[in-house]
Amino acid sequence: MASSYDYDDGSLDTRYARPPSSGQGGGGAAELSYDPNFVPDSVKTFVVHLYRHIREKNVYEIHQMYEGSFQRLSDRMFRENPWPSVEAIAPYVDNDHVFCLLYREMWFRHVYARLAPTGQQRVESWDNYCSLFGVVLHGVVSMQLPNQWLWDMVDEFVYQFQSYCQYRAKLKNKTEEELQFLRQYDQAWNIYGVLNYLQALVEKSSIVDILEREKEGLEQFTATDGYDYEGGTSNVLKMLGYYSMIGLLRVHCLLGDYHTGLKCLAPIDISQQGVYMIVIGSHISTIYHYGFANLMLRRYVEAIREFNKILLYILKYKQYHQKSPQYDQILKKNEQMYALLAICLSLCPQNNIIEENVIIQLRDKYNEKMTKMLRYDDEAYTVYDELFTYACPKFITSSAPVLEEPLINYNQDAYRLQLKLFLYEVKQQQSLSSLRSFLKLYSAISIGKLAAYMEVDESTMRTILMAYKHKMHSVASDGKIIPNADIDFYISEDIIHVVESKPSKLYGDYFLRQILKFEEMISELDRVKLD
Amino acid sequence: MGREPQQVSYTVEQLVSVNPYNPDILTELENYVNEQVSSQTYSLDANLCLLRLYQFDPTRLSIAIVVRILIKALMAMPAPDFSLCLFLIPEPVQADEQIKTLIVLSHYLETARFRQFWDEAAKNHSLLEVVPGFEQAIQAYAIHVLSLSYQKVPRPVLAETINIEGLSLDKFIEYHVANSGWVLEKGTGRSQLIVLPRNEFNHPGLKKNSSDGMPFEHITRIFPVLS
Repeated sequence: MASSYDYDDGSLDTRYARPPSSGQGGGGAAELSYDPNFVPDSVKTFVVHLYRHIREKNVYEIHQMYEGSFQRLSDRMFRENPWPSVEAIAPYVDNDHVFCLLYREMWFRHVYARLAPTGQQRVESWDNYCSLFGVVLHGVVSMQLPNQWLWDMVDEFVYQFQSYCQYRAKLKNKTEEELQFLRQYDQAWNIYGVLNYLQALVEKSSIVDILEREKEGLEQFTATDGYDYEGGTSNVLKMLGYYSMIGLLRVHCLLGDYHTGLKCLAPIDISQQGVYMIVIGSHISTIYHYGFANLMLRRYVEAIREFNKILLYILKYKQYHQKSPQYDQILKKNEQMYALLAICLSLCPQNNIIEENVIIQLRDKYNEKMTKMLRYDDEAYTVYDELFTYACPKFITSSAPVLEEPLINYNQDAYRLQLKLFLYEVKQQQSLSSLRSFLKLYSAISIGKLAAYMEVDESTMRTILMAYKHKMHSVASDGKIIPNADIDFYISEDIIHVVESKPSKLYGDYFLRQILKFEEMISELDRVKLD
Repeated sequence: MGREPQQVSYTVEQLVSVNPYNPDILTELENYVNEQVSSQTYSLDANLCLLRLYQFDPTRLSIAIVVRILIKALMAMPAPDFSLCLFLIPEPVQADEQIKTLIVLSHYLETARFRQFWDEAAKNHSLLEVVPGFEQAIQAYAIHVLSLSYQKVPRPVLAETINIEGLSLDKFIEYHVANSGWVLEKGTGRSQLIVLPRNEFNHPGLKKNSSDGMPFEHITRIFPVLS
C-alpha cells in the first residue's frame, strides 16, 4: 500500500501497454524534456538532508522527509517524470552505497505509482531489491529507519512481484524486443527468489525467537515499536523480518496456498496488540489476507470476527489518514473487506458478533446483494461471482512463461481457478440455506415432515442434514472442531431437535475492550514524557 | 538404501520447514508421498510444499503422485485438505480422468451423499486400492459426521453411511460398543438404534454455557494490564 495506485485491474491495461519505443534507460513517460542527470536544487537539499538524518539516526526527521517532503516534491516536480537518476545525486551523498540503494528503491516505487514501468525498469528494480536485501542480510546495517518505510519496502516488493507476474503473463501484444528481453532476464522476479528472500529475512532476523522471548518477558519489542531507543542498534533487519512474515502470507495467498500462508503468519498473535498495527498499511494487509485465507478454509466465524474488528478500526481512524498517500488504498481495502464480510455472512449467518456501526455500513452497501445470495438461485451465483472477483487478491501464475507460439494472455488463469473452486463450494452449500430457514421455524420436527416441506425424499433429507453439520463445523489448525452455525440441531432416531444459540448481551467483551483501550491511552501518555 | 524410515521422515519435515522453496527437494518430497502411502502416515505440509513446487515448475509434475496426494487428502476429512490441494493444482491437470473421479468422490463426501460415494468408489476400486487404509479412513469420517448429527441413529442409516452390512456390521457395532461407548437400543418398530456417545455437538446440554463466557485467549489480552 505504498501509494495510491490500483492493483492490476483489467481497466488499467494502459499501465502495461507497450512502453514507448523511444525509451532510453530511465524515461518511462519519455518526456522529451526529462534529463535524468539534472538535479533541481530542491532535490539536492532533499537528499543531503535525508542522508544526514539517516547517518544521525534521527528517525522522526527521516519519517517526516519520507512521508512528507518526498510526496510534496513528487507532486510538484515529478508528476510525469521520474526523479533524477541515482548517478546524478550520488555525489551529494558521498556516493554512499546503501543510501543509493534506498534512493533507487524510492525511485522505482515512484515510477510504479505515477508512470508506467518498462520491462527494463522492472528488471532493474528486481536487481536493486536483491542488492538492498543482500546488504541487509549480510552486512552490518547500523541505521534505524521508520517502520512506515520498512513496511513499504516489503509491501512494494511483493506488489512489484505480483505486477511482474501479470506483466509477463500477457504475451499476446508483446513486441519481439520485449519477448527477447523476457527470455534474457528469465531470472528476474522468479518465484523461488522472491520467497527465499522473504524467508531469509525472517530467519536472519530471528524475529520468531524475539517474539517468543517477548511473550516470556525477556525482550522488549512491541513496547518500543521495534525501535531501540537506548542502544540505537539497527531496527532494519528485525523489522524487515517481521514484515516479511506478512509478506509471505500475502505471496502464499497469491499462489492459492492458504494453509501455509496462515502458518507463516502464526508467530504474530493477532488477538494481541502488536507491531503489525503500528503502520496502518500493514495492519490492514495482515487482516485482509488472514480473513481471506480463513474464508477459503471455511472458517467463517474466524474471518467474520477479524473483518469486524478491522472495519470498525478503519471507521474510527480513517479520518486521520486523509492526507496520507495510502488513503486511497485504505478505502479500497475497506470496500473489499465489506464485500468479503457480505460473502461470509451469506454462507454462515451469525447473530451478535458484529458491531452496530459495521452492520449499518454493511447494510448500506450490500443489503440487496446479501438477500440475493441467500436465495441460492441463478442470480445468487452471479452475485457471489461479482463480490469474489471484486474482493479477492490478484492471484498469479508462478511458473515461468512459455515464450513460443502460440502467444496467449494467461494472466487470468490463476484467478479463474480460485473463483471456480470457490463457486463450487458455494454450490455444495446450496440446500443449507433453505434448511436453515425451516429450522428457524421449529423446535422439533420429524425428518419425514421436513422432507415433505423441502420437497425431497427422506434419504435426501438425512443427507442434507448431515451436510449442514459437516459444512458448519470447521476444523481448526490444531484439529479441533469448531461450530460455526447460529442454528444447530441434533437428531434422535427420526426427530430433529433444533437448538438456537440465544444472542445475549456480552458485557465481558465490552469491559475487555475498554480496559485495553484505556491501557493504550495510558501508555501513550507515558511515552509523551519520554520524548 | 539402509536408512531407517523414521530418520527419512524427520529429515523431510525439517526440509519443509527450513528450506521449502527449493526445487532440489522435489524428488525427496515425491518419495515421502510414497512413504506416507505405504506406512499409512500423512503430512499436509510436505504435500502442499510438493504441490507448490509442481506449480512453480509444471514440467516436473507427476500425475501419479498428485493422485496419491489427493487420495491421502480425502482420507483426512473432515479437514478441508482436499480443497487446499485443489487450489494449487492448475486447471489443465484437473482435467485428468483420475483426478476428475477424485473430485466427484470428494463432492459426494462433502455433501454427505455416502451411498453415492460408496457406489462410485466401488466402480473405481483400482484407483483407490493404491492407498491402503482408504476405506477405514472414510468410515472414520462417516462416523464423525454421524456423531455430529445424531444422538440415536437407526441401524439402516449407519449401514448405508459406512457401507457395512449384515454380520460384518454386527461385528463392527460390537467393537464400538466395547471401545467407543456406543449403546444399542430398541427403536420404533423392531429396528435397532445405536446411541452415540454424547458430545457438545449432538447434545446441546453439554454445549459450553455461552451466556457470558469468553475464550481464555481473550482474557490473556489483559494480563499485561493486570500485572
